[in-house]
Amino acid sequence: MPIINEFAYFKPATMQQALKLLAKYKNSAILAGGTDLLNLLKDGSAQPEAVIDVKGLAGLRKITFAKGRLQIGTLVTFSELIEAETVKRYFPLIVETARTVGSTGIRNRATMAGNICSAVPCLDSGPLLLAYDAIVSVVSTAGKREIPIAKWFLGARKTGLKPGEMVSGITVPLPEAKHAGCFIKLGRYAGEDLAQASILTMALAGNRYRVAFGSVAPFPFRATRIETLLNGKELDAQLLAEAKDLVVAQISPITDLRASKEYRLHICRVMLERSLQASVERLAGRGPRCGERLL
Amino acid sequence: MKKHIEFILNGEKRGVDLQPNQTLLEMLRDKLGIKSPKCGCDRGDCGSCTVMLDNRTVRSCLVLAVEVDGREVKTLEGTMPGGELSALQKSFLAHNSFQCGFCTPGVILSAGELLEKNPHPGREEIQEAISGNLCRCTGYIPIIDAIADYAKEEK
Repeated sequence: MPIINEFAYFKPATMQQALKLLAKYKNSAILAGGTDLLNLLKDGSAQPEAVIDVKGLAGLRKITFAKGRLQIGTLVTFSELIEAETVKRYFPLIVETARTVGSTGIRNRATMAGNICSAVPCLDSGPLLLAYDAIVSVVSTAGKREIPIAKWFLGARKTGLKPGEMVSGITVPLPEAKHAGCFIKLGRYAGEDLAQASILTMALAGNRYRVAFGSVAPFPFRATRIETLLNGKELDAQLLAEAKDLVVAQISPITDLRASKEYRLHICRVMLERSLQASVERLAGRGPRCGERLL
Repeated sequence: MKKHIEFILNGEKRGVDLQPNQTLLEMLRDKLGIKSPKCGCDRGDCGSCTVMLDNRTVRSCLVLAVEVDGREVKTLEGTMPGGELSALQKSFLAHNSFQCGFCTPGVILSAGELLEKNPHPGREEIQEAISGNLCRCTGYIPIIDAIADYAKEEK
């Protein structure tokens, strides 16, 4: 499908130029990886007068890790995250999640920042960033601001980004306590598919837990009731059964062409169990290797 | 308004004037006559439009042509200098790894990218690498066989 809408294309070389363009063109679109934007341009749901390609802003291409905080620039692709040594070493969950995004040809272009800007219910980075309490950095001509990921998602395809603002990066704080986690994404087939449901759990030393779901509500979210139940307790069969019974109260899935509501309600119980068990086992130094299929 | 871009296509410098709303796939096929990238789904799902951009596979249907200004694009044509079949292509022939052939250029580029990083991949790694390239004819087994066989031969 050709892109019908015509637009002006800009590739600013500095952040200042980019922000000026963003302020000047009220109806503009930021282009990073383009894997979402191009489809929106083709189906006409985005009809910007200007497309601002930010790939000239070299400063946004960096991954840095200092003082327990991982900074992921807006232009960092999922492939670059998978390959980065610091990410492999300190954030295997990012690798486990990133490897489920589309396929290599998509991951070579798609960025994590673009993923959270799309804010579709099934976005893969959602549960991950929620579980890590990540922070989104945004910039505009008015200055900088930081938005906790918990306040980022406002609805399906709605984010806390205001007109004239763009995401400059994502900060992922490494939990201080020893921790391990597990991400499970259910697609209709292994390989490139949107998630029917996804879950990321984390087990932290001292029996603390974090649980986040994707694809089973208008946007990804932390399952706080399940976390409250689990926190302070050793994970055993009894506790796991109680946690699974809370799933129906925590998620609000819909029926669509990928799965029915009933199936999602069922499979999320299974995914919670396997993900929690894998997290606890990994914390103990055992458990499935990174990326192993658990469904 | 038309934009002028210059880039390297299969080792040759090219200059093109185009509208910013043209995709890389449209430019390659319709303007430059490079026919190995195919238009399948035109939304990034099927992988038949795969090309290399700065040595990484991308979906040319999801790239604006203006974005490749100053960069390097390689298509399947660029992997076979002099028009000679590569050893990987010969392996595809030997294994009957295609019927209609629509997906094949994309599959070969995706496999090539994997083999570049990992010359001796396991079957599962091969499957993962080509998971974004849909084939409706073969059931994938002969494709995976061809890549696995090639990787075994390459020392």
